[in-house]
Amino acid sequence: MIEIVSAGALCTVQDFGRMAYRRYGVGTAGAMDQLALAAGNLLMGNPLDAAGLEIPVLPFAVRFQDDLSITVTGADCRIELDGKPLLPWWKHRARAGQVLTLGSDGCGFASGARSYLLVAGGVDVPEVLGSRSTQLRGRFGGHQGRALINGDLLKAGVLTSASKLSCEGYGLVPPVVALPASAYYQANPTATPQVTAVRVLPAAEYGAFDDVSIQLFWQTDWKITAQSDRYGYRLAGPALSMKTALETRSHGVVPGVIQVPPGGPPIIQMRDAQPSGGYPKMGTVIEADLWRLAQAPAGSRIRFVETTYTGALEASRCASDYLRKVDHLVPLFGALNA
Amino acid sequence: MTAAPLHPEVPRISLLGTSALLFEAPGPLDIGQQRRIWALASLTQGWPHIQEAVPGMNNLMLVFSTPPENLAPMQAALQTAWDDTNRMENDGHAPGRTVELPVVYGGAAGPHIADVVAYTKLTVDEIVRIHTEPLYVVYALGSHPGYCYLGGMDPRIATPRRKVPVVNLPGGSVSIGGIQTGVSASDGPSGWSTIGRTDMSFFDAQCIPPAVLAPGDRVRFTVQRIDR
Repeated sequence: MIEIVSAGALCTVQDFGRMAYRRYGVGTAGAMDQLALAAGNLLMGNPLDAAGLEIPVLPFAVRFQDDLSITVTGADCRIELDGKPLLPWWKHRARAGQVLTLGSDGCGFASGARSYLLVAGGVDVPEVLGSRSTQLRGRFGGHQGRALINGDLLKAGVLTSASKLSCEGYGLVPPVVALPASAYYQANPTATPQVTAVRVLPAAEYGAFDDVSIQLFWQTDWKITAQSDRYGYRLAGPALSMKTALETRSHGVVPGVIQVPPGGPPIIQMRDAQPSGGYPKMGTVIEADLWRLAQAPAGSRIRFVETTYTGALEASRCASDYLRKVDHLVPLFGALNA
Repeated sequence: MTAAPLHPEVPRISLLGTSALLFEAPGPLDIGQQRRIWALASLTQGWPHIQEAVPGMNNLMLVFSTPPENLAPMQAALQTAWDDTNRMENDGHAPGRTVELPVVYGGAAGPHIADVVAYTKLTVDEIVRIHTEPLYVVYALGSHPGYCYLGGMDPRIATPRRKVPVVNLPGGSVSIGGIQTGVSASDGPSGWSTIGRTDMSFFDAQCIPPAVLAPGDRVRFTVQRIDR
């Protein structure tokens, strides 16, 4: 069992999300940074989509009631096990009774916006509609359909054979190093603060915006406002307008869709977004870059970079290749160190 | 680049990144087109690359399990399937069930009915009569688990969305937003005006399917009580 000692706020159990219930009104939920979740799971010898804890607010602390292999991926922060510093993206052994702390002494995230705690065997909450992810609006899934609170006890899953065999003492090159944004965006090196560049595929109403708005869309360093969460990122920047007002009909939407309410700046739908919407859509942040967005904190700036369907597929392939490499190397290191 | 016409003559197919494709039926919002959307949803649900077919209001989102390398064959197949739905025999027997929902109108159950009165210049009794008259059709589910988009509201009681959304509207709230009406299936934020309350439970995550109502079902609101 894992005991939540300091839950912070909005810490939830997440896997890849609930994939085939949108037609019943159920949003997918799922980890905001799915690459951090997947890579961490592979490091644990878990299936790619095992459930872990998404930690968006520090400090956060858990006590382990059993010996467990653990890793912390995603955003960088100060990680300590019984006061001893730990490397992120690294496989560690936690002993029964030890306390893992993220962001002790008031240290926030050094970079990024969400850390993930993965344990060998995964966090074992009941599967609801094919997923262990917390559906906050529907109040189901995850741990009792809600964010974690102090004193919650979570079961760690049954050890898979791969994770039994392997031992600790190795780690991963994080995606931010393996999949640099410089591959598709040349940032101004003197620019401060840093801008997160994400690739966007234009959507149905793109051409219905006026030319000035289209230019502004691509050329603005949009600020992620404080009104940004797992549901959506509200951006601050210039208002975008359409050539003519369009009739809007509710239709299915996916995480990444950039909606533009009348006269307003854009809102990017994130993992807890409802599965339908009706605002005009400028574009969609491609699935392969949603993890970058997940790690862009409120107050930081983002830039949209235009891509094509082929370019977006290639980006997905790069992410899959990274995970395939991890999947291939982790058992080798496990065997070496055994 | 020209703006899209209000009601394009041909279906429009667009991309939602590499996650999904959106098919939008041509013409004004209409139940005949919606029946074709339901048919198209069941035709496409089993296609390769398709994880889920999600009907909207006269449109259909096809979510990819894995995005196809080449979109052209899927787009062509979609167009053919759409044409096929037009040729399907209409046997005159509409599918789906009819569900009666007793509603407590006004009072604490319908805190915004005064706003609908103020906007429409109708009395509470007239609003309730007009709201309970039609047999509403469930066009699609969306927004939140179990929520139904209903078609068929009388435009005389249409009321614009609220300027300031209500932060936590209780589940079961019967409300009006623009020319639509609906019942929220769980507590949550809403920009619609609440005129009443029903006890019906629309969603159970432990059931398959989890939603009680399905596209094509019909809903009739009945008067349980009017509170003043």
